[in-house]
Order: sequence, then C-alpha cells, then structure tokens
Amino acid sequence: MIREAYVNMAVLALLLIVPVWAQMTGEPFTITLATRAVIFALAAVGLNVALGLGGMVSLGHAVFFGIGGYAMGILAFHAQTFTPVMTWPADVPGTKSMPIIWLVAMLTSGLAALAIGALSLRTAGVYFIMITLAFGQMAYFFTISWPTYGGEDGLSIYVRNGFPGLNTLAPMPFFAICFTLLCLVLLFVALLARSPFGLALNAARQSPARVQTVGLDPQRLKLVAFVISGVITGLAGALFADLNRFVSPTMFSWQMSGEIMVFVILGGVARLCGPVVGAVVFVALEHILGDLSDYWHIWLGALLLVIVLFARGGIVGLLAGRARAHD
Amino acid sequence: MTDAVLATHGLSRSFGALRATNEVSIDLRPGEIHAIIGPNGAGKSTLIAQICGGLAPDAGRVEFLGRDVTGWDVAARARAGLARTFQVSALATEDSVLQNVLLGALGAGGSPWRFLRPALSDRDLRDRAEAALTRVGLQDQAALRVSELSHGQRRQLEVAVALTLSPRAFVMDEPMAGLGAEGSAQLTAFLDGLRAEAPILLVEHDMDAVFALADRITVLVYGRIIETGTVDEIRASPAVRDAYLGGAA
Ligand SMILES: Nc1ncnc2c1ncn2[C@@H]1O[C@H](COP(=O)(O)OP(=O)(O)O)[C@@H](O)[C@H]1O
Ligand SMILES: [Mg+2]
Repeated sequence: MIREAYVNMAVLALLLIVPVWAQMTGEPFTITLATRAVIFALAAVGLNVALGLGGMVSLGHAVFFGIGGYAMGILAFHAQTFTPVMTWPADVPGTKSMPIIWLVAMLTSGLAALAIGALSLRTAGVYFIMITLAFGQMAYFFTISWPTYGGEDGLSIYVRNGFPGLNTLAPMPFFAICFTLLCLVLLFVALLARSPFGLALNAARQSPARVQTVGLDPQRLKLVAFVISGVITGLAGALFADLNRFVSPTMFSWQMSGEIMVFVILGGVARLCGPVVGAVVFVALEHILGDLSDYWHIWLGALLLVIVLFARGGIVGLLAGRARAHD
Repeated sequence: MTDAVLATHGLSRSFGALRATNEVSIDLRPGEIHAIIGPNGAGKSTLIAQICGGLAPDAGRVEFLGRDVTGWDVAARARAGLARTFQVSALATEDSVLQNVLLGALGAGGSPWRFLRPALSDRDLRDRAEAALTRVGLQDQAALRVSELSHGQRRQLEVAVALTLSPRAFVMDEPMAGLGAEGSAQLTAFLDGLRAEAPILLVEHDMDAVFALADRITVLVYGRIIETGTVDEIRASPAVRDAYLGGAA
C-alpha cells in the first residue's frame, strides 16, 4: 500500500511535470498529448469502478464516453448555431459552459448506465460482455444514422467551451481543468473503495452468495457501481470532445471500448492509478511508436500479452507489488 | 408447534426424476439444537438451500418467526434474522478477515449506501465485527487475508460472520467438515453455548458432535424424513440403524 501510494504520486507528478515543462519550452503539442492521456485515464478510472471493484467486464463503455461527447457536441452545436436543443416541453437553449455540459454529460451517461446495467446484469460472464458490446454497437449505428448531428461525419465545434475565469483556448488551462477533475475523481474512487459501499461491492464481486446471506443485494450494489462507472466515463467523453472540438460516432465504436479496457489491464485492474498508468503508457506508445510505424498496435499487443501473462497486477502491480487487503 | 422459530411444511423439490426433498416437515424451537443427519446425497444441503431462500421448493412452505417466508429471497430472510453458514466456505477470499466480518455487521446494522467515509472508521460496525471475531477466537488474525487462513480458521470465520447478524436462528451446513478432532471439539463447545442465543439447525456428519449437541435429531434418507427424535430415540431406532447408522451406533 505504501509503495503503491508512491507509485501513484510519481505517476500524477509526471503527468503534471511534463506539460509544465512543455509549456516552458514552448511545445504546446506535448500539452495536448498529456491532456489526451489525462482524459483517457479518467475514462478508464470510470471503467475500473465497474471492472476492478465490481467485477463487471464491460466491453461497452464507449457508450458512456460517446454520450458524454455528444452531450458536449449537441449543447455546443446549438449554442454556436443559436438554435434551441428542444422546444418542448420547454425551450432549452444550447450552452458553451463547461460545468453545465459536464453535468448534462454525467446525468445522461448515468441514466444510460442505469438502463444498460439493469438489463446487462441479468446475465453474467461472457453474456455480460456480449450484451454490453451490443449496446455499444447500437449506439454507434444510431449516431451514424442521425443526420441532425452530422451522422457519420460527426460534429465540429468551432470554439472550445468556456470555464469561468480561465482561458480554455490555451492548452495549459484546459490541461489544468482535466487534470484537476482526474485528481478529484481519483480521490472519490479512493474513498469509495474503502467505504461501506466499496466493502460490500468488493464482496459482491468475490462471493455474491455471501453478500446475500448478510442481507444485502449484490445485483443492486453492482448496478449502482455500474452507474457511477458510466458517469465518470461520460465526463471523460465530454472532455475528450472539448479537447478535439469534434465528436463523431467513433467515440461509440467497440475499438474505443477496447482501448479503455486496455488502459485498465495495462496499468492494473482494481489498482487506483492503474488506469492512469495504462493511459499514459498507451498515449506515449501511440506517439513514439506511431511515428516509427503505422503498425504500432502490434507492439502494444505484444506488451499487453506480456502483462497479461506475467504481470496480472498490470504495471502498477509490477512496480508496487500485490495490493494489501487494507491498511 | 406455534412456538417454533423456524418450520417447514411438506417441502418438496425434485431435480428431474430425483426427489431431492420429499415432503419434509421439520421445526426448530427456541433454545434447541436440531441436527439433521443422513448419508451423502440425502438432500440435506438441498433442504438448507430451500430454508434459506436460495432454491425455490416445488411444493410446501417455509415459516420463520411465524411468517410465511416461502416467497422471500435470501437477503430478505437474512434481514429477518436467519443466519446461515456454508458447507463450502463462501467468504470474500481476497479481503481481510476483519473486512469479512465487517460485511456481516454492515448487513445487520448499517447501510451500504455510504460512499465516502471508510468502513473501518465506523465505530459501531467495527465493534460489532471485532466482538464476533473475538468470540470465535480469530481476533489475532483480523488483518490477514482470508486466503491466508487455514481451513479450520475459515470455518470459524463463517461462524463469526453469522454471529455479526445477531440472528434469531442459525442454519449451519456441516460446520465441522474438515476440522479435525481438536477443532471439532472446540466448535462443539462453542455451539453448545450458542443455542441459548438462538436455536441452531445443524447439518453435520460428525456423529460425536451430533450426539453431544443435539436436543433432537432428524434423519433424512433419499430426501425423506425417516425419523425425528431425541438422541436416545435415534440411537435406539431400528429404522435408522438399518438405513443409516449401520452396525456402528
Ligand atoms: N442443482 C442440482 N441439480 C441436480 N441435482 C442436484 C442439484 N443439487 C443437488 N442435487 C442432487 O440432489 C441430491 C441431494 O443433494 P444434497 O442436498 O447436496 O445432499 P447432501 O447435502 O445431503 O449430501 C443428490 O443426489 C444431488 O446429486
Ligand atoms: Mg451437503
């Protein structure tokens, strides 16, 4: 635990120092890369609540990522075209305000997680994986065939959304926003894992029968965890859309779900900062190897294979050893 | 038999052509240990599963504290005060011993819908959990992972989790299984004292323990009750001797 705390601190410090250094040496693209890593990390921290704590292998988390993205896209699109989002039952205007967009993104992805979770949790194992995947594909094809918001081509947002008191157009303030949100969410997840809810959820993953015999409902615990998980990944989706100033159906693709899963497995399932490490390594590899070869995924695949075969605790497990039951 | 804490009436359950539980009516009265014995495959665990709510009977009723609980699920029966231990330990093996009893305390006295404060810093939960550990003698193992415990210690932990529920009745499926002579003797002494707190429906293979503990014994063979009586009556019963005890008793 102590060692893991050092690893966590080191990762977050690195994530902070690299863009600060890039800022000083005038390399804005590196800041954008770091922001990309932070946002992917946030998406994967969300998945880790379902996967690591709840034992739910969701291959459909792109749904929440995409919903978060489209929440941003739709609200900002209506704001930039000065059209209402809806006129019934009330006039709802678009917005360029990040905090409002985040709230809408979290609310809508949370509702989607509630619906998808309630249906998917009737199954388990490989069926759970398949049904979450199926929901992802449904969302993907739905957005492709929805011309109002660009269909297959996606939606461009011309100016990044605003946050009170900050110039979000500059890379550094936007990075700071994303990094702060990641730290807040990590704090929340750290508390969650030790809370009564976390205790019960942990047990529900390992032995549902045990949880029932003490009078608790393991399925309900898992459903709530799935919703929390979806909310976090949805928030990441809204930030990702703002980073690119663009949303498209690829945010819903099963490759996206797979990548979020890769971040978690690479870094360490159920480890607090596992998803962060995984996302950082992924973005670094994507950048470095991607420059060398178009087929860099082969190397990623090899790394993943090594991790899965020889380091079940992921990179964090490798660095910090096995997780302690409690401190 | 209105004073029974727990009772089944004509409980039946088949698996295909196999009648695993056949018109079983038993009851558990305040302060008693009621043992269920029978050869392997007699349907003891199947009966327990129906009593605790994990398996629906084809016919018959389960009554607990005067209420018909046949349609209730496992969690609802547990909340009503029915505590069960498993034949094969069903603990959270990656968690610590303390976390496992905390879970019991949480089910009994706390809400799991608390997301921020550490469970370990909840005094009430912790007191309840630690008291249960102390009673079964596992207080020094609190910080160990369950996967690091011996088989016997896991059996003790099963009992400790049941204790945290402050139940109205215990249902225990072979708690002595694999304990060894010394462990069995210890647990026998413990259960002897426990019956004053809440009656125990005890499925057990260890005949020494059963004869030492049971106020009444029910003998189950092929899913059907062939005899219910005191230790002496069961020992003396020709039917039981033929069907189960053989020449040994
Ligand atoms: N889920 C099941 N499906 C089919 N047969 C079962 C099932 N559970 C138990 N049985 C059968 O029911 C009989 C009683 O089993 P069980 O209750 O485990 O016996 P005991 O606990 O007395 O050893 C056995 O023949 C067993 O094979
Ligand atoms: Mg059995």
